[in-house]
Amino acid sequence: MTLALHGVTRRFGEFTAVDNLSVEVGPGELLALVGASGSGKTTTLRIAAGYEVPDAGTVTLGGNDITRVAPERRGFGMVFQHYALFPHMPVEENVAFGLEARGVSKEARLEKARAALASVGLDGAGSRAIQSLSGGEQQRVALARALVIEPRALLLDEPLSNLDPTLRQAMRDDLRAMLRRVGVPALFVTHDQEDAFAIADRIALLKKGKLLQSGTPEELYHAPASREVAAFIGRGSIVPAVDKGATATVTIGGVVRDLSVTRPNGAPPRVEEAYVLLRPDALELSRGAGVFAWRGRVTNRRFAGGVVVYRVQLADGVSVDVESQSGDAREDENVSVSPLKGPFPLVPA
Amino acid sequence: MKRRFRRENWLIALPVIALLLWTVVYPNAAVIAGSFENGLGHWREFAASPADREALWTTLIISVASVFASLAIGVPLAFLLGRFEFPGRRLLRAVATLPAALPPLVGVIAFLFLYGESGVITRVVQRAFGMAEAPWRLKGVGAIVFVHAYTMYVYVFLFVSAGLERFDATLDEAASGLGASTWQRLRRVTLPLLMPAVAGSMLLVFMNALGSFSAPYVFGGGLRVLSTQILASKTNGAMGLAYVETTVLALSAVAGLALFRWLDRKRRYTLASKGGRGRRIIRSRRIQILMSVASAVIVIALVLPHLMVILVSFARDGVWTTQVLPPEYTLENYRRLFSESELWRPITNSVSMALIATTGNLVVCFIAAYLIVFRRFAGRGLLELLVALPWAIPATAIALGLAATFNRNDLLSGRILLVGTFWILPLAYFIRDIPLVASAVESSLRQMDASLEDAARGLGASWLMTMRRVILPAARPGLVAGGLLAAVTAVGEFVASVVLYTHANRPISMEILAQLRALAFGTAAAYSVLLILLVLLMTLAARSVEERLA
Repeated sequence: MTLALHGVTRRFGEFTAVDNLSVEVGPGELLALVGASGSGKTTTLRIAAGYEVPDAGTVTLGGNDITRVAPERRGFGMVFQHYALFPHMPVEENVAFGLEARGVSKEARLEKARAALASVGLDGAGSRAIQSLSGGEQQRVALARALVIEPRALLLDEPLSNLDPTLRQAMRDDLRAMLRRVGVPALFVTHDQEDAFAIADRIALLKKGKLLQSGTPEELYHAPASREVAAFIGRGSIVPAVDKGATATVTIGGVVRDLSVTRPNGAPPRVEEAYVLLRPDALELSRGAGVFAWRGRVTNRRFAGGVVVYRVQLADGVSVDVESQSGDAREDENVSVSPLKGPFPLVPA
Repeated sequence: MKRRFRRENWLIALPVIALLLWTVVYPNAAVIAGSFENGLGHWREFAASPADREALWTTLIISVASVFASLAIGVPLAFLLGRFEFPGRRLLRAVATLPAALPPLVGVIAFLFLYGESGVITRVVQRAFGMAEAPWRLKGVGAIVFVHAYTMYVYVFLFVSAGLERFDATLDEAASGLGASTWQRLRRVTLPLLMPAVAGSMLLVFMNALGSFSAPYVFGGGLRVLSTQILASKTNGAMGLAYVETTVLALSAVAGLALFRWLDRKRRYTLASKGGRGRRIIRSRRIQILMSVASAVIVIALVLPHLMVILVSFARDGVWTTQVLPPEYTLENYRRLFSESELWRPITNSVSMALIATTGNLVVCFIAAYLIVFRRFAGRGLLELLVALPWAIPATAIALGLAATFNRNDLLSGRILLVGTFWILPLAYFIRDIPLVASAVESSLRQMDASLEDAARGLGASWLMTMRRVILPAARPGLVAGGLLAAVTAVGEFVASVVLYTHANRPISMEILAQLRALAFGTAAAYSVLLILLVLLMTLAARSVEERLA
């Protein structure tokens, strides 16, 4: 069954948290709602869960309108940002709570809870107190609690934001594997585009309650629909360019380069105010002054494991990040930067 | 470095510990020892006395009933005001804590004027239904629990309101997302999580009701409770029996404390909110009207005692007999208070004794709290216990201990003569308010980062400078709030005063009682109004001090 939001709007007084937003998640699909804080992503999730009723628009599941169905009657599994585990119940009672609410007998629900705990790698942790769990364990208990009710959809609010970086890497893979196994629509909110790239099948990028772009991680990365999208995805410098259709010219410090470009879906054949996105791995750094290269000075050198990333200040106030294998250039050294072969993402304003 | 610190700790701690041992522990030990002065004789006398057995049971029944009556009012009111938005909510919230602002004896006489045999409400009901006699008598257990519920539900209300405010709304949402109905969420999530707050307030009500004196003293009729029995035994000169009764009362309090600790032993979680949930706005017109009417009734019930005391304070003494309301009004009561030195005396007495006691509290409790929060030394646990101890001992027991200890000059056994002098009451007030002030200062200091003291010293500040510039400013909110509470309780204190006062140092509360006995209701009420004004004045003074320093 597909979970869909159609033209949903939610206002809080003067403030419009979600503005005419439509997204769809198919069965077994993982959709990430991404955006900075205040972009309306959590409100969107809460509308999907039924904790907020939209001022306009509808929520449907498998085509049925559930906009006004109370959360307790939706049968969705939700993982809260701070997990919202009941501090007065041991782990297995937490996990079994949804079954208790459904009137499942005590033995049956505890058995199911233990099985669910085992499936998230927490066998035998059933009688532990919530306070004795690490952040990662709490996260998995919250997930087991959401899964054990055999939810019709899964909703996750910043599921990884409270984990430390190493654990976070590992949990991304686990989470993706577990969510795929359940086979229901899964909607998750994150402010971290790396989490979104690692876990989601599709990403919906929000700003001020509006949908900026939605698509696969590859689409957002290689063909950002606007400058805002490109800036949010990060990694790279957005440089003004003149759009010529298949190519675009970039002029820095009088040195003109014509770059082949990819255009975002639905972009007009000519974009008036255009930019190209110069990713660090699509640029090349050489020491000294190259002939057709943009010249500049290294302001920062950062070892990033395997490669060295240089921040280079070019002319006209443009500064770019460049990845280099060799890494023998030093800070304050004069260098030249030239684009490798494209295509480069063309970004409308 | 460590060594120097250790010596310094003891240098500061020893005088404080010695003072507390002398004034808090010693008198109570003297009472217990006194109860055994002729072996088990006094205890046998206690066990054989039907009056004392009745007093013990009545005390326990009243305490437990007061707890449940306070819960019955406080919990629903906290939910109503915390979770719903309706017309009249702000007004109701503003007056909900009003009963706590009434000094204990004043609350009692207000109830007498309202619901007593010749009270206004009683007579209105009697006239309305054309009854020959008063429809009820404000006497016995029911009357005492009624008054207790009115004044003590505030603890439950405040604790549960604070619990609801800290309540993490996502827990409730998580439960509803998992399919739990409103009732299931209340039963399985909300109430269990509020239990620590509820239990804390239950304990507070229990301890207060156990030591309560004014309500049983005024409404008891023939009813006996332990606190009034103690005073009766002392007045009759049966000190041995009074010691036993005091010991039994103190033991009941300690047993109650232990019981609650045990019931609450398993809880290790705290409620940490990430923003509580908003109030639900009541939209149904019919429920809105219903709730407005209900809250209007509650508001009136809550402010009526205050209004009644004010009204009676203008009534001419001796002419209010069978009428519903006092028939004649005058400023005479107030004029006499301010012009006759004998009547003015209790007011200066109360104010000066409260100031002395509060000053002592501020000094001793600041040092104690500082040691408890920032220093690690062997006597710290003892100090914590000593500071909390007066809270567990009913005021009547504290007073009797002082009466038994400071009744003669005998420096070798640590006794000096204070009974019958001015100083015995400030000492009693000081002891009663130690836990209040100490815990207020402690909680202020706990919010300060402990490394600030080290940082100040690392920057070369002397110990004195660190105290003055770092610790004292951090303790200030607690000192102001605790000092205010101490001064407010001391100025209206009644329970210890009734055991220890002399005519020369009689406080306002004793004068109110005396006027009441002389049936000078107007004068008694005028004193009560003055007492309320004093409390108000202190609160405003504390607020302006806090604002000026902040």
